[in-house]
Amino acid sequence: MNEIGLTQVLIVSTILFFIGVYGFLTRRNMITMLMSIELILNSININFVAFNKYLYADKLDGTFFTIFIITIAAAEASVAIAIIIHLYRNLKSIDVDDADMMKF
Amino acid sequence: MAVTARKIFRSAIYLLFSLIGIAALYFWMNVEFIAAVQIVVYVGGIVVLIIFSIFLTHDSSADMKKPNLISALFSAFAVSFACALVVLFITNHTFIPSSNAVIEPSVKNIGRQMLSTTEHGFMLPFEVVSMLLLAAMIGSIVIALKTKPKV
Repeated sequence: MNEIGLTQVLIVSTILFFIGVYGFLTRRNMITMLMSIELILNSININFVAFNKYLYADKLDGTFFTIFIITIAAAEASVAIAIIIHLYRNLKSIDVDDADMMKF
Repeated sequence: MAVTARKIFRSAIYLLFSLIGIAALYFWMNVEFIAAVQIVVYVGGIVVLIIFSIFLTHDSSADMKKPNLISALFSAFAVSFACALVVLFITNHTFIPSSNAVIEPSVKNIGRQMLSTTEHGFMLPFEVVSMLLLAAMIGSIVIALKTKPKV
């Protein structure tokens, strides 16, 4: 177990994923929740690249999935920040507990 | 630390450093193109966007509310339990690598396969993602547009 292999990389990405989940569950601020989502997506990217490198080195599919996930994360972040800024203009707050006008 | 810092600006800076660490991990795994994309898009794009939105919406010296203690405790418990379970699975599983010929993940191979229209080409997802980016750009402009007050 002295050599750094697939298992160690997967452990790192697992820890990163669950740090992101913890932040998503405990934070009540929209921007920090967005940052937690970025952490989760990054851990998934690490998983894709590691599996591609260590198990299926004859293909490039994991690399392509990583590129597309990065693109979609960028699009998602820009739309989410536009929504947050618009919400801040209306509510003067970006706390998720204040955005309850759709609550029944 | 990116998820526990009280000041939101420090939290963004910690996020920046963890993204740079992930890029270093990609460099270590010999996928230089993904590492470069990671640095350009995340470190150069998304973190700057997040910092600007923090400046637009926050008093940057204000502390955030502390999370509710019971909910923080329960989520820490659940998260650490699930993390331990997944790590246990990973360490007990033996992975079988495929033994076919290795394709170098160089920029040339990536570009050639991305724009090829044959069976394993990624031309269609490429076009779909470009349409998605255009739609996201227009959508965020429309959402963030200031509505003029009616005279």
